[in-house]
Amino acid sequence: MSINAAIVGYGVYLPVYRIKDVEIAKVWGRDVRRVPIKEKTVPGPDEDSLTMAFEASLNALRRAKIPPIEIEAVFVGSESPPYAVKPSATVIAEALGATPKLYAVDMEFACRAGTTAMGIVIGMVSSGIIKYGLAIGTDTAQGRPGDELDYTAAAGAAAYIFSNPGKDTIATVEGTYSYVTDTPDFWRREGETFPRHTFRFTGEPAYFTHIIGAAKGLMEKMGLKPSDFNHVVFHQPNVKFPLRVAKMLGFTMEQIKYGLLTGEIGNTYAAASPIGLANILDHAKPGERVLIVSFGSGSGSDAISFIVQDGIESRRHLAPYVEYYIKRKKYVNYSTYAKFRNLLKMR
Amino acid sequence: MAYTKSVPRIWRERIRKYRLLGGVCNDCGKVFYPSRRFCPRCGSGNVNKVTLPRTGKILYFTVIRNAPTEFKSFEPYILALIELDNGARILAQLTDIDLEEVYEGMPVEAVFRKYKEQGRDGVIEYGIKFRPRE
Amino acid sequence: MEKVFIVGIGATKVREHWNLSLRDLMVKSAIKAINNAGINKQDIKAIYIGNMSSGYLQGQEHLGALLATWLGIAGVSACKVEAACGSGGAAFHQAFLAVASGLYDCVMALGVEKMTDAITSDVTSALIMADDQEYVAFTGASFVALNALIYRAYIKEYGVKQEDIALFAVHDHKYAVNNPYAQYRREIKIEDVMNSPLIADPIHLLECAPIGDGSAAIILCNERFLEKKVSDQEGVIEVLSSVLATDIISLHDRDTYITLNATRVASSKAYKMARIEPKDVNVVEVHDAFTILGVISLEDLGFAERGSGWEIVREGEIEIGGKIPTNTMGGLKARGHPVGATGIYQIFDIVTQLRGEAGKNQVDNAEIGLAQNVGGVGGTVIINILKRVR
Repeated sequence: MSINAAIVGYGVYLPVYRIKDVEIAKVWGRDVRRVPIKEKTVPGPDEDSLTMAFEASLNALRRAKIPPIEIEAVFVGSESPPYAVKPSATVIAEALGATPKLYAVDMEFACRAGTTAMGIVIGMVSSGIIKYGLAIGTDTAQGRPGDELDYTAAAGAAAYIFSNPGKDTIATVEGTYSYVTDTPDFWRREGETFPRHTFRFTGEPAYFTHIIGAAKGLMEKMGLKPSDFNHVVFHQPNVKFPLRVAKMLGFTMEQIKYGLLTGEIGNTYAAASPIGLANILDHAKPGERVLIVSFGSGSGSDAISFIVQDGIESRRHLAPYVEYYIKRKKYVNYSTYAKFRNLLKMR
Repeated sequence: MAYTKSVPRIWRERIRKYRLLGGVCNDCGKVFYPSRRFCPRCGSGNVNKVTLPRTGKILYFTVIRNAPTEFKSFEPYILALIELDNGARILAQLTDIDLEEVYEGMPVEAVFRKYKEQGRDGVIEYGIKFRPRE
Repeated sequence: MEKVFIVGIGATKVREHWNLSLRDLMVKSAIKAINNAGINKQDIKAIYIGNMSSGYLQGQEHLGALLATWLGIAGVSACKVEAACGSGGAAFHQAFLAVASGLYDCVMALGVEKMTDAITSDVTSALIMADDQEYVAFTGASFVALNALIYRAYIKEYGVKQEDIALFAVHDHKYAVNNPYAQYRREIKIEDVMNSPLIADPIHLLECAPIGDGSAAIILCNERFLEKKVSDQEGVIEVLSSVLATDIISLHDRDTYITLNATRVASSKAYKMARIEPKDVNVVEVHDAFTILGVISLEDLGFAERGSGWEIVREGEIEIGGKIPTNTMGGLKARGHPVGATGIYQIFDIVTQLRGEAGKNQVDNAEIGLAQNVGGVGGTVIINILKRVR
């Protein structure tokens, strides 16, 4: 069966708060010149992956211009749900007004869950099971204080509404490919507050192998080469990895520029590559081809290819651009960050 | 106390708390939040449910420096009486804002946020707050 | 309708009563009132207990049977009446109705609140129950905060300086000095008020009635009982009118925030029922849980024009010897505000004045007194007008 799905709405959300890596480095005595990114988003004390997902979804609905009740599926990809047991999808759907005739579930695959949610919705739309489906990647990622992840683990959400391609479609789905192996480079055990990772092992056997596997797999399957794409976005735990993998695959800086945002906002985990994709859509022209390749530890990558359609022109202004959220910021110091993130021992 | 740990109590109100579901009186024209059977002003039962706009402005505000127990950890925070674009008025917390930024007449927009938790192992109570609108 | 008289009053001092429990406080004020009336406790046929938060702060409800048991008159009709901070006034209103209806010859209205066993934030949680739990308390509102919104609205509408409103607290403290029942028997200056910490902007700590424990009780009876059972016929007070009115419970549903509509409704009915006008009132107790409420109440009761309640405070009109002596025993701010008991303390203070027992604070020839008790942010207001008849 062929793919018969398109993005009809997309939206993102970033918290207003930021902390600079230099500020974190000062606290932990690290060389302030050797920090992985410039700054990262910090969720407010009343925010979690669920509230951010709602805001991103509201933006997606604004662009989709459909009543929320038409949404028939809500899939939420996150590694930081507010509950260990109890779905976020139900709350988001209820708040949006999409209940009760609905497929809804939370999904976890580290940073990959957002694109996996997209893949499932694409499948459900293509098969005719549903008309409109919402796929969300959202995270308020936690790094152990002082750990490498403390410098990058950020917060953000992206939401995509898919339906069958129509006249006002934003981007049609051209092809998908998924690449998964048992490669434990990063995990968080049940009941643990912070994740663990395996330092350099997270590079070559995990990130690079899976992203390259998925990207090459898709291109081979579709008979495409890097130069056929106008824009590409890779998962971005830092700035270095996506730049290197782009080079390894044969993509240029020009192709990657809109999709690479980690330096400004940090690693938003399940929302990272979907937010990059949103920024591409904020800038893309009809007819352009876009590639998104996610990566989630554990490990796996999804590659999805899109063709931007005419609908983008009339819809992208219906909700705030990614750039709006990037520019909208308030800096906090490490103490406020620690308070917001519940890192202070209260009992 | 029992009421702070009640899940059904929260569940029952979820739609009105999540969605800014208000009412409009067809007799006196009052728009109000939340929706209910009778108009609070004229008592008419001739009311319709209406989804209220997510933007408005601050009429009056205060800074809560001595909070009820459940909100103690958020002190100090701003509580505001807000007039939405269609005239409906709602009491809500402000968020994403520093104490010195707020002023009467400030444009605000609705956001979905966490209000409180029923303890560390209890359910989370979400609702509408407002943030400054650029 | 039968005429209703007050023949006995009793109260504990308002303070942190570390040694007295909720029931101890009730029993103490009840016995004082019974002794003051010179009757037997068995003469009391019904008890109405004003209380707001015994359930939340003390884990104790069913105050009617509790007091009847500890007072040793089990069998009597007794129950709790609740209308937030207006509970005391509402209990008095029920007691009035019980006698006026002809059902009972002699009843007791008693108010009690035991607050200081709880930490402040729990008291704050208890007090916000005076408003809508789901759509007001849910937002993290405190009761002070709601009054702060009223304060802001008033300042904006009339362009008044905060110092002029905050003066109400200074006024109350001045008179509490001479009241042995008062919680804070010391004078304060306007600088003290304005320099005290903010609780909910713009309301300062010293603009808020304090947290305290207390109980007060009033014996009410009909004319028949008065003639037959009461030996001392001096200083008998008649209840000319007792009216309770409600308003929309939450501010955001109202059209105005600078007037308490329930005060206007209840007082105009009460004046009519008593066949008097505001100018006939010699002494008044207003519910100044916060300075702004004192100012607004003076206007709503008809003692000042709209927007000028603060002026009559500044110009000395509410002093003893002024046009309308107000809160002459210290008011909520300084006499104290054990919430559910406050409405009864107000009656206690008015009766003290009308009987000529107010000592250094005595208003000369006080004949008619009015008490205004407010529940919530004006969701309930009770007006009681009393007159010395013998």
